[in-house]
Amino acid sequence: MSRRVSPVLIEVRNVFKSYRRGGQVVPVLHDLSFDVQRGDFLGLMGPSGSGKSTLLNLLAGIDKPDSGAILVDGVDITGLPESDLADWRAAAVGFVFQFYNLMPVLTAFENVELPLTLTSLSRRERREHVAAALRLVGLADRAEHYPSELSGGQQQRVAIARALVTDPKLIVADEPTGDLDRQSAAEALSLLEQLNDEFGKTIVMVTHDRRAAEHAHAIKYLDKGELSEGADLLERSIR
Amino acid sequence: MRQFLKLIVRNTLRHKLRTGLTVLGLLIAVLSFGLLQTVVGAWYAGANAAAPDRLVTRNAISLVFPMPLHYREKVRAVPGVKRVAAANWFGGIYQDPKKFFPQFAVDAAQYFEMYPEYRFVEEDKRAFLRDRRGAVVGRKLAETYGFKVGDTLPLRGTIFPGDWSFTVRAIYDGAEARTDTTQMFFHWDYLNETMKRRVPRRADLVGVFVVQIAEPARSAEISQAVDAQFRNSAAETLTETEKAFQLGFVAMTEAIVVGIRIVSFVVVFIILAVMANTMAMTARERLSEYATLKALGFAPGYVAALVLGESLAIAAAGGLLGIACTFPVAAWFGTQTGTLFPVLEVSAATVAMQLGAALAVGVAAAVLPGRRAARVRIVEGLRAIG
Amino acid sequence: MKSIPLAYSVRNLWTRKLTTALTAGGMALVVFVFAAVLMLDAGLRQAMVSTGQPDNVIVTRRSAGSEVQSGVERPQAALVESQPEVVAASKETVVLIAQPKRDSGTVSNVTVRGLAPQGIALRPQVRLAAGRMFRPASTEVVVGRSITQRFAGTGVGERLRFGARDWLVVGVFDAGGSAFDSEIWGDVDQMMQSFRRQAYSSVIARLADPGAFDALKRRLESDPRLTVDVKRERQFYEEQSAALSGFISILGLTLSVIFSIGAMIGAMITMYAAVAGRTGEIGALRALGFRRRAILTAFLAEALALAALGWALGLGAASLMQLVHISTMNWQSFGELAFSFALTPKIVLQSLAFAAVMGFAGGVLPALRAARLSIVDALRAA
Repeated sequence: MSRRVSPVLIEVRNVFKSYRRGGQVVPVLHDLSFDVQRGDFLGLMGPSGSGKSTLLNLLAGIDKPDSGAILVDGVDITGLPESDLADWRAAAVGFVFQFYNLMPVLTAFENVELPLTLTSLSRRERREHVAAALRLVGLADRAEHYPSELSGGQQQRVAIARALVTDPKLIVADEPTGDLDRQSAAEALSLLEQLNDEFGKTIVMVTHDRRAAEHAHAIKYLDKGELSEGADLLERSIR
Repeated sequence: MRQFLKLIVRNTLRHKLRTGLTVLGLLIAVLSFGLLQTVVGAWYAGANAAAPDRLVTRNAISLVFPMPLHYREKVRAVPGVKRVAAANWFGGIYQDPKKFFPQFAVDAAQYFEMYPEYRFVEEDKRAFLRDRRGAVVGRKLAETYGFKVGDTLPLRGTIFPGDWSFTVRAIYDGAEARTDTTQMFFHWDYLNETMKRRVPRRADLVGVFVVQIAEPARSAEISQAVDAQFRNSAAETLTETEKAFQLGFVAMTEAIVVGIRIVSFVVVFIILAVMANTMAMTARERLSEYATLKALGFAPGYVAALVLGESLAIAAAGGLLGIACTFPVAAWFGTQTGTLFPVLEVSAATVAMQLGAALAVGVAAAVLPGRRAARVRIVEGLRAIG
Repeated sequence: MKSIPLAYSVRNLWTRKLTTALTAGGMALVVFVFAAVLMLDAGLRQAMVSTGQPDNVIVTRRSAGSEVQSGVERPQAALVESQPEVVAASKETVVLIAQPKRDSGTVSNVTVRGLAPQGIALRPQVRLAAGRMFRPASTEVVVGRSITQRFAGTGVGERLRFGARDWLVVGVFDAGGSAFDSEIWGDVDQMMQSFRRQAYSSVIARLADPGAFDALKRRLESDPRLTVDVKRERQFYEEQSAALSGFISILGLTLSVIFSIGAMIGAMITMYAAVAGRTGEIGALRALGFRRRAILTAFLAEALALAALGWALGLGAASLMQLVHISTMNWQSFGELAFSFALTPKIVLQSLAFAAVMGFAGGVLPALRAARLSIVDALRAA
């Protein structure tokens, strides 16, 4: 083991981001800097409009800041051109969305296989990876079902399988339990915990839900574009 | 009612791109439909321009066979006949076969008395009558090839072989829009004299006699009287009204006319498919809104009427625009095809059919979506949000 | 570039069955019209081309547009016959008679050809289908297959009256779909007498060596005693159909193009709606790492699949038209001509290309819109 792996996966450096809404410029993130360690399970909370989803989008490489840098595993993704960014995402990031965003016309198996079609794996290799991912989330027997034939909780688990099938470094989850009942939410969250504990995946999760946030190992609070530690969390939740 | 109309207008404007495209599609369809019907109408132009007081006498076997010249006096002698003029289809080539226009050798003095719808400048007409190598051309023909009074008009004969040369002495205008002004006429006597020199055995032969009668009501009777003169002779004749004669030509190319008519209705079906698709998509997207209206207490019929109203509004917009475009496009088409379609007039009947087609499409496209909207179960529809 | 699986595009068509049916249906109608017009033109040409033999030439008066308009004097005809290249010749007379149709009773022009027995030999594609051939020097006639089907009074055993005589129909011949199927044949001398003609209409000649055509043509056309046009039979008949064929093609193709705009608009509306309804999916696909071009391709593929469906339906319907027979007056010869729709491999490919262009034109703008979406906007709109 000659190569030393840095403990820091994500470095956010002086990031600014604002939106244009109806002619007006609305600042969302203001001079944000922080680190995410490898293997962290980070929860991002804050009032709506605070920019937590925006921040998540920046970390995942689906949006670019107005200024500043974001380094993921040493790579400054803010400097990458769009096509390279797409390739980077395919290899490095897994996504879990609030409304699952599965393709309704593809089966569970085909949905999970989708990110793998961007790699150069053979069909047989892809099949093995997909089967393994579905087994992990406990839906191997539902592989040939379409999303419309699955419950909300099952669809989210398929989405989680899709998120991990390329063995990404980082998994981002935007309100993953927002549309689930308590039981399914608990299942989904324990899956994420498993990915973090057993497989060492770094997870950044945006959530409204306090119960969901409890599964995370650390919480950062975003308000008016500024980040603070979870120590203030209790205070703010009382207010 | 005002609220109803407001809803309809606002709804059509919600999806400007989709509405705009649908209206454009309807415009094109209505325009095509109108053009095709107009082209079919042009086919019948000859028959429509026929006068009830004119008959045409031809060889009973077919138009291809001529009649002896001396028949002319016999026809003239039949009671009820006012005038007789010999006319031969010349069929010559002007520069090249593609530059086609009808050419007739006629007994000029008699012929133009029978066709008052061909209007002349008197002086020019006299000049023509005096010049045995003179020719008369119609206004549209003159414009197409740039003929002017005094120009030489050379023709290469096909039926009547050899090279022929005429001088344009007059240009005639049509009394009405539907009068054919793409024709060229010259003197029958000149044709006959020339043939006597070139191919004597083909002289003194007439293609058709145009006969003017005093009482149009007696046309059938007089026609038979004329034919009776020549029964059992070497060249038996067939006399019929000018209209019947022109319709005979149309009948020969009936298949084409039928084909064009069918195709004009196909276009209506194409646009019906497009319109029905638009309404189906629109209604499906708004299912929750319809459910909400029903929950609020509006009757199912109201909801269905909303769908129908929107469909008709789009259909009317596209239809009216299409009709408006038909006139300039038909005029342009007429100038492009030159002498092929002598008369290209957009008739009132065509406009009525276009309007009918647009409305029919508007109604038909709304039937299924309207029914679905009226029948939506409130609970189901409301759940469809998000 | 890694592309989105084709199943994604195709299966989405299956999800919205009504919309797919209507959009593809519109395109199918356009393809139908397009293919039908091409097939009609091909059928017309096939009828004409099969009329001409490769080693026959036809001699008519110079500039005569058709045999009906042509006149070849007896001495001229004899001159043609005596040429060294000519191995067999038939001097013929062609006229038009007006006959009523069976179904409608409307009168139409029918081509009547007077020929000698050697003339029949010059048309090897002609076979007797019923009855027997007419006897030379008699007033018997045989009629083409199409004539006996369409015109009253033309069955075997019936009599036709023209030229102040009665002519007995003794047989029906089958000319293999060529123009001769629309003709009535009889003895040339009888017909010339009956119509009081002194000159023939044309001379048909077979050459011993088809390559000798140019020499023969040059000699006859420059001979001061003759005023004739010499053409290969194939070329002559091709020219016969040029006017009608041109009209059908131009009118038909113009209509097809105009109609295709309507169908394209339908496809555009459908695809815009598809994009609008799936913005969430588009965002997810981009987030997963699919490039803009992959999105563009996927939606274009969907539009093209629609077009392919329309093509299959339209061409299928058009191929049924092969069962239909058309009969109309040929503008050049003024005689009635029967032909039908002919489906050729070339037409299959042309209609496929046409459909593809429709699908592409209808789908490209919506596909571009889908590709241009920013990931964040697409996900938010979901």
